[in-house]
Amino acid sequence: MTLTLRGIGYRHAGAPRPALLDIDLDLADGTVVGLAGASEAGKTTLCLVASGLAPRTVGGRIRGTLHLDGENVDRWPMHRLAERIGIGFQNPATQLSQVAGTVFEEVAFGPMNLGIDRDEVIDRTWEALEAMGIEALAERDPERLSGGQQQLLAMAGLLAMRPEHLVLDEPTAQLDPAGTALVADAIGRLARSGTSILIAEQKTDLLAAVAGEMVVLAEGRIVLRGPTAEVLADPRLDEVGVALPSAVRLRRAALAAGLDPALVAETAA
Amino acid sequence: MAGSVDLIEGRSLPAAIGRPGPSAVHRLNPLTKATLATTTSVAAVVLGGLVGPLLLVAVAVVLPAIAAGVVGRLAKTALLLALPIALSAFLVNVFFFPGAETVLFRIGPITATAEGLGFAFEIMARIMAISGAVTLFYLTTRPADLVLDLERRGVSPRVAFVANASVQTVPAMVERAAQITAAQRARGLDTEGSPWRRVRGIVPIVGPVILGSIAEVEERTMALEARAFTRPGRRTLLWSPADSRAESLVRWGLLIGLVALIGLRIGGVLA
Repeated sequence: MTLTLRGIGYRHAGAPRPALLDIDLDLADGTVVGLAGASEAGKTTLCLVASGLAPRTVGGRIRGTLHLDGENVDRWPMHRLAERIGIGFQNPATQLSQVAGTVFEEVAFGPMNLGIDRDEVIDRTWEALEAMGIEALAERDPERLSGGQQQLLAMAGLLAMRPEHLVLDEPTAQLDPAGTALVADAIGRLARSGTSILIAEQKTDLLAAVAGEMVVLAEGRIVLRGPTAEVLADPRLDEVGVALPSAVRLRRAALAAGLDPALVAETAA
Repeated sequence: MAGSVDLIEGRSLPAAIGRPGPSAVHRLNPLTKATLATTTSVAAVVLGGLVGPLLLVAVAVVLPAIAAGVVGRLAKTALLLALPIALSAFLVNVFFFPGAETVLFRIGPITATAEGLGFAFEIMARIMAISGAVTLFYLTTRPADLVLDLERRGVSPRVAFVANASVQTVPAMVERAAQITAAQRARGLDTEGSPWRRVRGIVPIVGPVILGSIAEVEERTMALEARAFTRPGRRTLLWSPADSRAESLVRWGLLIGLVALIGLRIGGVLA
């Protein structure tokens, strides 16, 4: 199962220039693709396009095509796409349904919308809560959780939908290191179960840990792409405003301090 | 009576879901409580006068609130809810009641009249009945339960969602306004002191509150779409609040009583 974007260009309604230009991207089974770039580079817009929300829900004009397993899905309604592609946003508070009295019901909201069997909804919900390590919060009021807990809850809500493809727009923006680690674990588990994931992140350490491939955006275009280790070691990363992961910074500092390059490479490996 | 929570083989719902409320009023079906709040509010307006609305406050608001153990919170919330409108209605009627002749006292060019004072009390009694009934409903009912109950009865989840989200928008905006006020104060905005200073201080807060709320609506819409909320067909319901034949009869009784009251008012039987 592959999500394919071909020749995507996108302009927000009323915007003077396109937010995305000539984007080609493949998300194959079980792959995790990291998406990096400076602010305003087009990361969020690419997430919206890949999930189908742009232009269906947010308006704007799109060029190019979106395919699921070779089938053009440009005319699919959003609810049909939502059964196959999940998307998580930065702000957890706006991802709450506002109709759930408990965390459990909040996570179950998506599966309930799918009209699937009640027992399966319950199973999926517990599984998703456990995957995010928040089963102890099942009876709490979602509106009264901290920002970090709400982000884990939003992730659990996505997992419960069991999407084939998952698009995550800075899912760890409000999380502490422990919460970030839980998200990283969940991403790894999902990828191993066959879900493909596109994750936009400022935290390149996280991308280094979870993404096999990476693309870097600048001014709406893909300027770097390839295996994550190679992209993160690329000297051009600085020029496009992407923070280097700590391992790369450490290596560079060690080399600058005159340490033996062979020793540094061996230590890094 | 518990909500209709079924235990299933294997995993089940958390115990808190569908757990009976702490009092008989809490345990009433949400639609019964919504019907009571609506009929009380409309009946207070239809009855008019002072005695009718006050009787309604006593019977349909205070007694259930005592039974539910929420009298203190109800009094505080209902007063806060009603105070601005009650105060302005009171002043307008006391000082500007048309055709009033019995002067109580004068303050410069304006005159307080006995007729205005009497009508002001009547208006305040109606406002008390309405704010009390609405507050009682929200203090004893989880909005999510009402949504579930309406869905179970075949109401579109979108309609139920809009009704619930509209109610929840108010506290969300209040919270946002408090955050923006704190942020603006931290940057030196003066929102205290003379009335004119306070008014000037509101201007830089209103814009961000409204624009932020609009932006939030778009994000919420996207999040709902991404969770297949717009999918046609019935949703799976995990549980639904309990209901009974007796409660159904009470609801119909309240509605028929209200219609009869309106008929009596139109027919001129009620003065």
